Amino acid sequence: MEKVDTKIEQVITKTRLGKLKKSIKKQIPFYIMMAPGLFLIALLSYLPMPGIIIAFKNFNPIDGIFGSPWMTPLFDNFRFFFISESARIVTVNTLVYNAVQGVLVTVCAIALAILLNEVKNKRVSAVYKGAILLPTFLSWIVIQYILFGFLSVDRGIVNNILDGMGKEPIYWYSEPFYWRIILPFAYLWKNVGYYSVLYVAAIASINTDFFEAAQLDGATKWQQIKHITLPLIKPTVIVLSLLWVGKLFNGGFGDWNGFYTLPNDSGALYSATDVIDTYVFRSLKKINDYGMSAAVGLYQSVVGFVLVLISNTIIKKIDPDSALF
Amino acid sequence: MNKSIGKRAVTKIVLHIVFILLSLMCIIPLLLVVSISVSDEMSLMLEGYHLIPRQINLDSYRYVFSGAGSVLNAYGVTIFVTVVGTVLHLLVTSMLAYSLTREEVVHRKAISLFVFIPVLFNGGLVPMYMLMTKYLRLKNTIWVLVLVMLVSATNVLIMKNFFRGIPHSLIESARIDGCGEIKTFFRIVLPLSKPSLASIGLFVAIAYWNDWMTSSLYIETPRLQTLQYLLQSLMNNIGYLQSNSKASRSIEMAMGSLPSEGARMATCVLAIGPIILLYPLLQKYFESGLTIGAVKE
Repeated sequence: MEKVDTKIEQVITKTRLGKLKKSIKKQIPFYIMMAPGLFLIALLSYLPMPGIIIAFKNFNPIDGIFGSPWMTPLFDNFRFFFISESARIVTVNTLVYNAVQGVLVTVCAIALAILLNEVKNKRVSAVYKGAILLPTFLSWIVIQYILFGFLSVDRGIVNNILDGMGKEPIYWYSEPFYWRIILPFAYLWKNVGYYSVLYVAAIASINTDFFEAAQLDGATKWQQIKHITLPLIKPTVIVLSLLWVGKLFNGGFGDWNGFYTLPNDSGALYSATDVIDTYVFRSLKKINDYGMSAAVGLYQSVVGFVLVLISNTIIKKIDPDSALF
Repeated sequence: MNKSIGKRAVTKIVLHIVFILLSLMCIIPLLLVVSISVSDEMSLMLEGYHLIPRQINLDSYRYVFSGAGSVLNAYGVTIFVTVVGTVLHLLVTSMLAYSLTREEVVHRKAISLFVFIPVLFNGGLVPMYMLMTKYLRLKNTIWVLVLVMLVSATNVLIMKNFFRGIPHSLIESARIDGCGEIKTFFRIVLPLSKPSLASIGLFVAIAYWNDWMTSSLYIETPRLQTLQYLLQSLMNNIGYLQSNSKASRSIEMAMGSLPSEGARMATCVLAIGPIILLYPLLQKYFESGLTIGAVKE
């Protein structure tokens, strides 16, 4: 009896091994195809991660990241940042601009999408879409040039007009006040087309039966928007908002370029234009202060993480299904 | 009844007026740059910028194309980076995304996690900078411009969505015909995904074309400047002059050391030129590229 049992077992393990071998053989081509991508992700995303300890080091190029001595006290790089006035300014600016731009772009994009949906002529609506999408494909540097055409102190169009009206020219590039409006507006100009096209797609996926039924019941356009369109695109809004907040994580890769380029990196404007990303970028590029840049970058990741947690909690309360975790 | 038809016509007209105004708001600022670039330098000095050039003069373009402003070189670098970067990005990303959709790959869940974690956590700018400059020694090489944007977790996600839509029977039939998996991918799967690849490729190409941060961080030799970086350094000169009042501007004119404002704007026009020229042709792809995975995410 026992002999038979062991034999059966042997057969089973043999087939198992055979299956495993077969499965491995089947997988090999896929691993070959994945290899370059996985290698690059490991190289570009994972390899730099331990480097974050620079934030706690008194870095010098000779000893390198791991050889350099630790900061004493450990959080000194952070202290240097937090005792400066910049810490408060860049934190407040980052939070306020992100909130304002997020709300502004979302509201305008939804409004535009609803209006675009009312343009029934396909060809005409494609032309409109093409026009409002155009700024999305321009770099922030190009937008900087455009803005300069408008705001240049001695030649810009706006000052020309002011001059024509007999008013004093405005020194745009040394007056922080105006930039609190210019920056969100520029952001809106560049991004509203992108988001409205996304929302147009979301609206287009709504079953038209809903609207027909509502029309039969005598619902006005406004009522249809309020009771059908808006509730049904809510999931898209939530996903896009979460992605938005998530962008704050991406130290150095988020959409902060405009804050750096548009004001010509003008020192007089920092109080209104500096955000965490521009601060990190500048201290790395111009001051070469690796320790503090890394510390501020780490601080940004923590702030970003907290923000994602908060918004996720809020979303969980509004619509539990859409929450990330 | 008549009244309501009239009302509808009015709303329709208002709707179109709103959109025409919005479209103009998006297009006119570009025309301003074009107008400055073809304006006579003297008239710019005397009358400032105008939407419609007062006196047309193509000297700026002559100056730019004479090679004095290193624009042509920057064009070459940008085109190389964009083409090579886009092709490699599509290749690497699509191979990864496709493999992640295949059930044969037992650990695909874990691998997906490995791909997506960096979207939430990454080392940030400084460790990346250290890696590139101190360890990989890629500073001042053209490859750093290509490498930094070579894979994107978001595009892996989007591509996974459309590879899943390819009928399994097609892949199966290729296998019966004796195709290996890699051959199947290149002979069957990729050709079937051409439209989607084109859409994503366009976005990748635009990202490469518009990238200034990478070259601003890692490139110091003028030989490897991209168009965007060239534009940025030209603008920094203007910014410097701007903060030093009009006096320095006359110095600038007298010395003739910096390219004229028209030439700067001409460079800008050349940098957006390819996008604008191809735009009408590509708009369809732009739009579908936008909505491919985004709504489903």
